[in-house]
Amino acid sequence: MDMLIKVENITKIYRVGDVEVPAIRGVSFTIKSGEFVSIMGHSGSGKSTIMNILGCLDKPTEGSYMLDGVDTKNLARDQLADIRSRKIGFVFQGFNLLARTSALENVELPMFYSGVSVAERKRKSRYALSIVGLDDRGHHHPSQLSGGQQQRVAIARALVNNAPVILADEPTGNLDSKTSNEIMDLFTRLNRESNITIILVTHEEDIAKYSRRIIRFLDGLIVSDEKVKKAGRKK
Amino acid sequence: MISIPSAFKISFRALRVNKMRSVLTMLGMIIGVGAVITMLAVGTGASMKIAEQISSMGSNLLIILPGSSTSGGVRAGAGSVPTLSVSDYEAILKECTSVEDAAPILNGIAQIVYSNQNWSTIVIGTTPGFLNVRDWPLDSGRAFTEQEVKTAAKVALLGQTVAGNLFSDANPVGQIIRIKNVPFIIIGTLSSKGQSTQGQDQDDTILIPVTTAQKKIFGTAFPGMVRIIMVKAKSSDDLIRAEIQLNTLLRQRHHISQKQDNDFTVRNLTQLMQTAEQSAKVMTLLLGAIASVSLIVGGIGIMNIMLVSVTERTREIGIRMSVGAKTWDIRMQFIIEAVSLSLMGGATGIIFGLAGSQMLTSLVGWPTIVSILSIVLAFSFSGFVGIFFGFYPAYKASLLDPIEALRYE
Repeated sequence: MDMLIKVENITKIYRVGDVEVPAIRGVSFTIKSGEFVSIMGHSGSGKSTIMNILGCLDKPTEGSYMLDGVDTKNLARDQLADIRSRKIGFVFQGFNLLARTSALENVELPMFYSGVSVAERKRKSRYALSIVGLDDRGHHHPSQLSGGQQQRVAIARALVNNAPVILADEPTGNLDSKTSNEIMDLFTRLNRESNITIILVTHEEDIAKYSRRIIRFLDGLIVSDEKVKKAGRKK
Repeated sequence: MISIPSAFKISFRALRVNKMRSVLTMLGMIIGVGAVITMLAVGTGASMKIAEQISSMGSNLLIILPGSSTSGGVRAGAGSVPTLSVSDYEAILKECTSVEDAAPILNGIAQIVYSNQNWSTIVIGTTPGFLNVRDWPLDSGRAFTEQEVKTAAKVALLGQTVAGNLFSDANPVGQIIRIKNVPFIIIGTLSSKGQSTQGQDQDDTILIPVTTAQKKIFGTAFPGMVRIIMVKAKSSDDLIRAEIQLNTLLRQRHHISQKQDNDFTVRNLTQLMQTAEQSAKVMTLLLGAIASVSLIVGGIGIMNIMLVSVTERTREIGIRMSVGAKTWDIRMQFIIEAVSLSLMGGATGIIFGLAGSQMLTSLVGWPTIVSILSIVLAFSFSGFVGIFFGFYPAYKASLLDPIEALRYE
């Protein structure tokens, strides 16, 4: 399998006035195409920082990050935006859908910026909504949808540009446990059936168990990186 | 890169969400564009009216008036002493190279009778050149000839007002009228010329040969005397040269020594009017400039609202960035939003400007002319204001940090 993500000796230091606050203090790992990985840790462990770096929203202070064969180190702001649009789909804890905008148009959003024709946009966004099981809710606004449905719309939006990676930052944080399980089943299905690489940031063990590999962060360092033993689940 | 239609779609959606705010922001542009169009219409109307008066007077016109007299220390006003004559006129035509045409004038008020109608009007004794000097074409019939001037023929050309009063709708050509009991045959009518600069009805007049006026109607203090001589210069550039030539020639003819004052005056009316027209144009510019200040104020209003809008929509900007919006995608979105505001305001402002000009004309009676140029100018200026004042908020939005924008509550 291909090395989709290759992180080497990454550090991230925030400057607050004259004080340097290290968020990540040198971590290295690789993620292959088609993996389902959880990144775990307490708040302040650096897991959100590594998520931002993996998502090309932020750049490391030192070290290198290769995504799909591209070194992101010397890329400009707009080149990073281009990578986000083609390679990465984001799913956030707070859904981050545009208010007063229909589900279909929310899903269309990434295609506005990647030069897809109007007809193609409509077709692809309908298809993406059908994958997450919301064919009939295309014209509903986020305020007319339940939390679980909103998160499905967000997942459809992450899928619509055929990005090889989905980065999910506490995707079930705002959902009840039943809905959380449904969302995690959806991720599992996408990972198995469409071979989409899924990287999940969470602090809940139950949620992390859906993945097949868990990387644990503590104080800006990786403390463990191991396969999940699936009790009663087929691999 | 985001396509322009998509960007407009996003902008209109955002503007619809805050209808009241959008309309209030537009109000600045509406008033600005409306004011610019109305003010330019007032200015253009004023200078058009002056230009109209210039052309009704005759273009490149110089008027020679006889001079003043001094008798026993009492000075009479200009024109009190008759000093001009037909031979001056003939000399002017022959000698002054910058003069295209000239006409001597001996005029006065006389009673005119036709069958049972009568009318008092200004009778002008002149030469055929008068029609050329005043740019006054005939309406019907023919002008009198040099021959008829020489023989003091009793022929007359009627102005429209006189023709209307004596003949109502009938054709006056060929009819006989009496001027101070002298019978004249009408050989033509003049076209309508309207009001003069002083508000006189220029059509209330009759033209007859100058010799006829001298010998049969008004009489003269000395043979060949005329009241004024009108001169048409070859072009507006020749006006000054013609004036100098006239002065030199007449001083010579009137035997005026170096130390003596002129016994005549050359008036350059066209230049006076052109100065008036010039100042009306400057006035137009000034009015337009003052009105466009309100456009700039409107632009500042747009900038203000766009800055608020960018702050309110920080999270939306973050979302758009996270799904791949580049710097110019965000910038375009907000610039187009500002331009939409200013152009919609501008379009509405055009309607207000048209209505405002119409109201000034009908309520205050000012002549107004809304030129296409002023509409295009005001509208495109409003577009430019949108881009100019929309740029900073858009620039600010495009430089947001996506991580912080996403976290913004």
